[in-house]
Amino acid sequence: MEFFLQLVVSGIVVGSIYALVALGFVLIYKATGVINFAQGEFLMVGAYICLGMVTTLHIPFWIAFFLTMAVTVVLGLIIEKVALRPMIGEPIISIIMLTIGLSSVLKGAVQVFWGPNNRVYPQIFSQVPLHIGPVVVSQVYLWSVGFAFLFLLLFTLFFRFSPSGIAMRAVADDQQAALSMGISVKKVFAMAWCIAFLVAGVGGVFLGNINGVNISLGFFGLKVFPAVILGGLDSIPGAILGGLIIGVLEALTGGYIDPIIGGGTAEVAPFVVLVIILMIKPYGFFGTEEIEKV
Amino acid sequence: MSAHICGDYKTTYKEDMVLFQTTFSKFWIIAFIIALYAIPLLLGNYTLYVGNLICIAIIGAMGISILTGFTGQISLGHGAFIGIGAYASGYLTMKLGFPFIVALPCAGLITALFGMIFGIPSLRLKGLYLAIATLAAQFIIEYLMVHMEFITNGVLGMMIDPPSIFGFSFDTDLKYFYLTASVAVLATLYAKNIVRTRPGRAFIAIRDRYISAEVMGVNLFKYKLMAFGISSFLAGVAGCLWAHYVTIITPEHFTIGVSIEYLAMIIIGGLGHVIGAIFGAIFMVLLPEVLRFLSEVLSGQFPMIVNIFAALKQVVFGAIIIGFLVYEPDGLAHRWQMIKAYWKLWPFSY
Repeated sequence: MEFFLQLVVSGIVVGSIYALVALGFVLIYKATGVINFAQGEFLMVGAYICLGMVTTLHIPFWIAFFLTMAVTVVLGLIIEKVALRPMIGEPIISIIMLTIGLSSVLKGAVQVFWGPNNRVYPQIFSQVPLHIGPVVVSQVYLWSVGFAFLFLLLFTLFFRFSPSGIAMRAVADDQQAALSMGISVKKVFAMAWCIAFLVAGVGGVFLGNINGVNISLGFFGLKVFPAVILGGLDSIPGAILGGLIIGVLEALTGGYIDPIIGGGTAEVAPFVVLVIILMIKPYGFFGTEEIEKV
Repeated sequence: MSAHICGDYKTTYKEDMVLFQTTFSKFWIIAFIIALYAIPLLLGNYTLYVGNLICIAIIGAMGISILTGFTGQISLGHGAFIGIGAYASGYLTMKLGFPFIVALPCAGLITALFGMIFGIPSLRLKGLYLAIATLAAQFIIEYLMVHMEFITNGVLGMMIDPPSIFGFSFDTDLKYFYLTASVAVLATLYAKNIVRTRPGRAFIAIRDRYISAEVMGVNLFKYKLMAFGISSFLAGVAGCLWAHYVTIITPEHFTIGVSIEYLAMIIIGGLGHVIGAIFGAIFMVLLPEVLRFLSEVLSGQFPMIVNIFAALKQVVFGAIIIGFLVYEPDGLAHRWQMIKAYWKLWPFSY
């Protein structure tokens, strides 16, 4: 039972980071109709930027953390402007391929600057674990879950109440109508990419603190697909729920099935779930069903 | 013969669909094929090695071109399908003792079967959802390749002998080139041919307006599955030839990166053009070779370039894909048509 709870807790921690990354992913999909295969690389870039500031420039962690957020926003702006803006109106496959190209560029660029080796953050959070009932939780886990939920809450409120958030929802709903109401669709697109990069970057910083930073962080982005499909491709609550479920599922298969049939099951289990969902309920828990009319 | 003075003059549909449009083009295609078989005799082993890789890539690219370029079904699992072909052929020849000439089509058929199984969701899923479903197929197949050790030998890899047909062993780069080039020519002819038949027209109709296609009596399920089958068959053949060429295969050879490379090939070459797949395959195989050459030249001045070569390669690869999509969305095939049109009217291209 303790083992089970331990797995669930670590699953929730990883799942909350999945949820953050999935939030950015869903946001881009909702507002601009683009599926972003570079979301995992955004996460990786965020982790590396913060790491660079802390280890090379010796900036205190919390300042570096906020600086990283600023830098990722700028990067998001640049990427939207240079690569995505010209693609408006192109077929889906071209846009998918463009984000794949983007992920390749980011992955390569990170390796050019930081090399392929695994790197670790200096000790930032206290090593003393906390005991919650029978479960032992290290502090960095609590911090990352806390921040993940803070951001998820902030953005949920942002979409619900702030004028920009409402404008984004309007664009997601109907671009033409939003344009005629005086909303700048360009600005909304730029904002979507900024927020997506920002939340992924934050997730990356915490994940880096837990697992260390290396190039395989980029594969995190691919895990987001099961999460968003499970929750529904265009639903923010769905992304959060899907992220948590996939995180827990991964931890449980890793803990129970891996020892029996050898490693790697945790990596593939989310994709098996993905195929099953696509077969029986392709629009997930909260996704909008596309109804086609002739 | 229709004269090429100013455009093509045709009076029947049949004339428009002829494989060789003019005697002129027929002549050049035959000349090209003769050159394809004659020139390798003069080439060194490294060039032939690159040539072999190109021919294998062309076969695989033809497959994904039919599926994605003509039928509009995005597949991110092509790399895994190539892997199935490679392992199937390896298992058939090495463990069951099949002759190569039987194993080659069998590998294709086995892969086609897998492709059709993973193609079934395509009836319900489109665009983004299908891309994600094939992505899942890629990971699941990769997992199976690592874990079904009784067939694939897991991460240790599988040793495969060079093939021999009726006692003639293809054990040098030159001999192998004749094999891969012949299959590549056949695959190209097949692709060129199928797009002008009923299935080919059905594929294009599904890509352009699938609802209209269905209304007009195109059986969506049948033709989508057929596209998946043909595409995976060619992927399997490419995988089989590749396996017998490199003689050792591990699951690492068939990752998502390979799928992406093949997709990049047909996008750089031009979606929906048979010749685009050829251009794209040549481009994508030559790119790393050219980059390696450049890094060797530059390593005199910048010694650190060798260390970051792999990373730079990735940056350039991504940048080229983005560049093509932004500046030349119709790919190399379109550029080729522009060049041809220019010379057709030269020097009076007013």
